[in-house]
Amino acid sequence: MSTLGHIYATQDAAAARRNMLLGVKLGILSEIMLFGALFAAYFVIRSESGGWPPHGQERPELILPGLNTLLLVSSSVTMQWAVRAIGRGQLATMRLALRLTLLLGSTFIVIQGYEFATNGFGLTDGTFGSTFYTLTGFHGAHVLAGLGLMAIVAIRARRGLVSAEHHTMVEAASYYWHFVDAVWVALFSTLYVL
Amino acid sequence: MSILKPGLLRAVLGAAAGVLIGAGGLTLARGSGMDIRDGQILALGYLLALLGFVVGIGAFRFWLPWAIGRPVDTTAEHAAHGTAGDWRRYFRFTTDHKVIGVQYLVSAFLLFLTAGTFAMLMRYELAQPGLVLGKEGYNTVMSTHGAMMITVALISIIGGLGNFLVPIMIGTRDMAFPKTNALSYWLLPLPILLVAINPLLGGFDTGWTAYPPLSQQANLGQQAYLMAFVTVGISSILSAINFLVTVFRMRAPGMSLMRMPIFVWSLTVTATLALVATSVVAGAFTMLLFDRVLGTSFFRPSRGGDVILFQHLFWFYSHPAVYIMGLPGLGAILEVVPVFARKPLFAYPLAVLSFITIGVLSFMVWAHHMFVSGMAEFFHIPIMLTTELISVPTGIVFLSALGTIWMGKLHFKTPMLWVFGFIWAFLIGGITGVYLADVPTDITLSDTYFVVAHFHYTIVGGTIYGLFAGSYYWFPKITGRMYSERLGKLHFWWFTLAFNATFLPMFWLGIEGMRRRVADYPPEFAGLNLWVSIAAFNIFLSVAVFVFNMIWSWARGPRAAANPWRAQTLEWRCSSPPPVENFEDIPTVTDTPYQYGTPGTAAAEGGAAS
Repeated sequence: MSTLGHIYATQDAAAARRNMLLGVKLGILSEIMLFGALFAAYFVIRSESGGWPPHGQERPELILPGLNTLLLVSSSVTMQWAVRAIGRGQLATMRLALRLTLLLGSTFIVIQGYEFATNGFGLTDGTFGSTFYTLTGFHGAHVLAGLGLMAIVAIRARRGLVSAEHHTMVEAASYYWHFVDAVWVALFSTLYVL
Repeated sequence: MSILKPGLLRAVLGAAAGVLIGAGGLTLARGSGMDIRDGQILALGYLLALLGFVVGIGAFRFWLPWAIGRPVDTTAEHAAHGTAGDWRRYFRFTTDHKVIGVQYLVSAFLLFLTAGTFAMLMRYELAQPGLVLGKEGYNTVMSTHGAMMITVALISIIGGLGNFLVPIMIGTRDMAFPKTNALSYWLLPLPILLVAINPLLGGFDTGWTAYPPLSQQANLGQQAYLMAFVTVGISSILSAINFLVTVFRMRAPGMSLMRMPIFVWSLTVTATLALVATSVVAGAFTMLLFDRVLGTSFFRPSRGGDVILFQHLFWFYSHPAVYIMGLPGLGAILEVVPVFARKPLFAYPLAVLSFITIGVLSFMVWAHHMFVSGMAEFFHIPIMLTTELISVPTGIVFLSALGTIWMGKLHFKTPMLWVFGFIWAFLIGGITGVYLADVPTDITLSDTYFVVAHFHYTIVGGTIYGLFAGSYYWFPKITGRMYSERLGKLHFWWFTLAFNATFLPMFWLGIEGMRRRVADYPPEFAGLNLWVSIAAFNIFLSVAVFVFNMIWSWARGPRAAANPWRAQTLEWRCSSPPPVENFEDIPTVTDTPYQYGTPGTAAAEGGAAS
């Protein structure tokens, strides 16, 4: 079949880019509903308990998670910096911004791991432990996935495969990263603060 | 052939390796004194087996090199699209949407037969009062029948007919993400296998709804079902994204949204529902799995959890899921009607609007499954009203079919017979739904055979009648052969009579108070139950006629012309079966595809069969 190449040739880069970005947005919509279910469970269980946290449990201190919030919000800024740089063809700047984002995101995970280890309560400690670790754990898994995406972008950029013309992946990763960031802000304000 | 080549053999080996590492590793760890539960062994074994299977089939062989910046082997990528006439492509990670469509369709029918066999076992138990399979055995048979049939209804039309036809009907060469499309299909075999073998893991008792606390305490078979359901959900989300991007970004020139075939419209709404709703139930089932496997207490009332919460989350997906099952059937019916009535589709824009309205409303009615659950009282009346409201757009879809038939020049070919069967069955399903939407009657009828009858009239009447109508209608396009009209009509009449003989008496049984999901019943119901069982066996036999017709006609049937029905949607402009790339050149669409009754009109130009 000599004509097989048609499929790939006719799907020109611009169309492929639009398809990919729409696909990512739709995927994020589905993820919003997933976190919606988790948040719904949290609020229902919390509203039915006679006081939160129940049974004299203590919420974690705000210092580390507060620092984590700062880290993640700044990482959204550096991510957007990367998108802007590659749009203007500044490959070196993009790689710097991407590395910064990776560093901020990884620090977030390390701090969260430390927090989990020192919290003094576990997944099996009643509804408080269940909701706390399930929600933050799901979010943490998403952070890891986002870091994986960025690592892929970084590797491909190093091989010169990312350019002003071909940077759909950077944009896609940035959509996802902003979403993960927004979920964290919601988590931080409901699980830790309010 | 090397066993390291991507393919079924490597996939099976990969799955076996996953079980060995996951389940074996944890068993060893338990042997050395660690506190590990059976459920954790099953969970890790299954997860790694799924990974091993998908890697083994070759799902990641293009993505992985791409991710680490290696040059992508484009020759191999084109080869993964499959060669026309090569039967082996149906057993591989093939990216051609037509191959994937056939894979889905054949798998769905195999699953349909398996689930049907479980239904026959149920009717065998229920043919007379007393116990044959035993209570636990009956529960497992009933639950497995439900779980499998739900999967059939979820994947058969959109996965099978939809994958095969949507890209052709909107005039493009493939789906937006062919590799993801193939991944969606190859995620399915393992969970389906897991549900099929759940009796070996002790079976499960809850039915497909998996309500806690029973589902927290039940056997490992229960956990198998939960994990399988989440996997099918992930596959369904990936497939929904693919459909939506394809439909919104890849239509042929001139194919405006309001010129899309109604079948494509119904699948678009279906995919939107699947995209938005599925992750909610995936979340709910994950929390339930965490309760079982990791010791959380989301749904454990003894530790502050809430069982009603599970029902809310479950039905928030599972009521839209009824429309995920039903809308593709309605779409297939509306696609068939104009062709065999030789009239334009009646009220096409209103039918489109109705599909969208059904989609929106379906998110506001879920709690009508929970009138007897003990949920908040104030919720009853609003939910009752929205539930009754949804019959308005559904009625408009119905009227669109009736209005097209009215004064039409009817051709009673097999697909059209299924349309009439649909109208009868879905009408009964719809009318009896009113009694279940109304709070007072629902409280009386809840958990009786009235519900069973209503459900089967809507889902068999909507989905399965649509599936059969569509399967006969598109059989020439998919296989390039004509089916046997005589066997098709025999199938229709036998199936329809047996189906009605089975489920109409169940309304009566339900009103008389026979409870559903129970293996035994009082002796006064014996006569009707024997009748129902005999009728049910007839459904199974009639499906055997269908299976024979499909297999025999696919092998030996007369060759089909490109457009045997003189239909106007784009798929009939391709040869039967369509060539690998569907169109030699992409057609230009000039009108809706329902320009029947006016000689010399056509809805599109170009795109001739190659």
